[in-house]
Amino acid sequence: MKRSHWSIPYVVFMAIFVVLPLLLVMVYAFQDGSGHFTLDNITRFFTDSDALGTFAVSLEVAIENTLICILLGYPAAWILANKDLNRRAVTIILFIMPMWINALMRTLATAEIFNMIGIPLGKGTLLFGMVYDYLPFMIYPIYNVLVKLDRSYLEAAQDLGATPWKVFWKVTVPLSMPGVTSGVLMVFMPTVSTFAISEFLTNNKIKLFGTIIQENINSSMWNYGAALAFIMLIIIGITTMFSDDNENAEEALI
Amino acid sequence: MKKFLAQTYIWFLLALLYAPLILIAIFSFTESRVLGSWTGFSTQLYANLFSGKMQESGSLLAAVENTLLIAVISATVSMVLGTIAAIGIHNLQGRKKQAVSFLNNIPMINPDVITGVSLFLLFVFLHISQGYLTVILAHISFGTPYVVLSVLPKLRQMNPNVYEAALDLGATPGQALRKVLVPQLRPGMVSGFILAFTMSLDDFAVTFFTRGTIGLETLSTYIYADARKGGLTPELRALMTLIFLIILILLIIINVRQAKTQKNNE
Repeated sequence: MKRSHWSIPYVVFMAIFVVLPLLLVMVYAFQDGSGHFTLDNITRFFTDSDALGTFAVSLEVAIENTLICILLGYPAAWILANKDLNRRAVTIILFIMPMWINALMRTLATAEIFNMIGIPLGKGTLLFGMVYDYLPFMIYPIYNVLVKLDRSYLEAAQDLGATPWKVFWKVTVPLSMPGVTSGVLMVFMPTVSTFAISEFLTNNKIKLFGTIIQENINSSMWNYGAALAFIMLIIIGITTMFSDDNENAEEALI
Repeated sequence: MKKFLAQTYIWFLLALLYAPLILIAIFSFTESRVLGSWTGFSTQLYANLFSGKMQESGSLLAAVENTLLIAVISATVSMVLGTIAAIGIHNLQGRKKQAVSFLNNIPMINPDVITGVSLFLLFVFLHISQGYLTVILAHISFGTPYVVLSVLPKLRQMNPNVYEAALDLGATPGQALRKVLVPQLRPGMVSGFILAFTMSLDDFAVTFFTRGTIGLETLSTYIYADARKGGLTPELRALMTLIFLIILILLIIINVRQAKTQKNNE
């Protein structure tokens, strides 16, 4: 048996548990309750002002969250990557450790802090909680790329007369883009589709798109729920196409 | 000065990340129902957690048990399936390799709500009743890609002739796998296992959609239901503090051992 055949069990598993389910989302999205083809679910979304409003809010929160995570996370990743080896390991662990505590529990505690210091729950607290939850997912891939960066490029730029500022913008930043891309993938779509977290952080005042999908599925409106999921799938397709260097982006994760 | 600023910035971020956890830990030593109101020092929450007297903490411990069981099983299967898959993918070429790599990326890019809803529809479509098995299958499906991505770099670093050499010297393929391949891939397998395990532990959305109606609760679904009822079970604070302490101790042990082996190697 050829060793390339060893991938077959996994391919079969993924065909059943990843590809088929996604195809089913599409099938259900274009069916009515009795299994006939229809476009009603899709057109319903575009005439449903509630769903459209939630969709707009979700995109807005996700864009803001992603930008804040890059702004806060990039310097952190850069500082970490430039630390000496021993202290670096400890700090990285410190950043990852909170992720091992249940995310819902952490979110509830964050909401509780806001209650304690008297800040009303709403858009601001939602954004804070999102940054709090997703920042490590931005830091880690950028850090991974920066650490593996070939120092000789930086030295070459310096030798050729670039100022430290120029070296950073013209060499370090472009070379670290795969990390940023994978960070964006890890933060943007998950934010749009979050449910539970947004409810906790805003006292049910602001819903994100994930909540609407969940509500429809849970109240047995599978077809409409599937249609909403389908719309998200299309957006995911578009965002991943923008991140042209996909393979590098994924590998930055590990 | 620059260094000082950089260090301050890192500490500032860490303080933000840890503030809620510290808050939970502090308020695990008081009995009040709401987080944030101090009603005097007490270790009652810890006592309740282990006495199993109250019905609530009984189901809480069951939820912890379920969470761990699901994470261990799914991460173990992911590790085996993912390692075998990685060896296969490593030996694929051209378009086929690209196609399988793309397939491997889908679960990582998919937000968990989509993964959850799509698997829910699958189980409905196939008339599989949902419960432990479906949750474990779901967790394997999103955990395995992390194992594949952790093992692939180790395969690239490996000398491809070692395996052939073992075969030439008379090892059966099984022996060559166990005695030659696995030891070299082990670091990748372990980090893949840890990633899959972590993803499983922390998962809420996928479990939520695939657990069915048999009353299966993991820690995440328990907390969600609890918070929706209004107010968390106070014992959760004690539990979270304990989990945090266990992780902390484990990490310290691992670090000390690593430092020791490093010293020995020098």
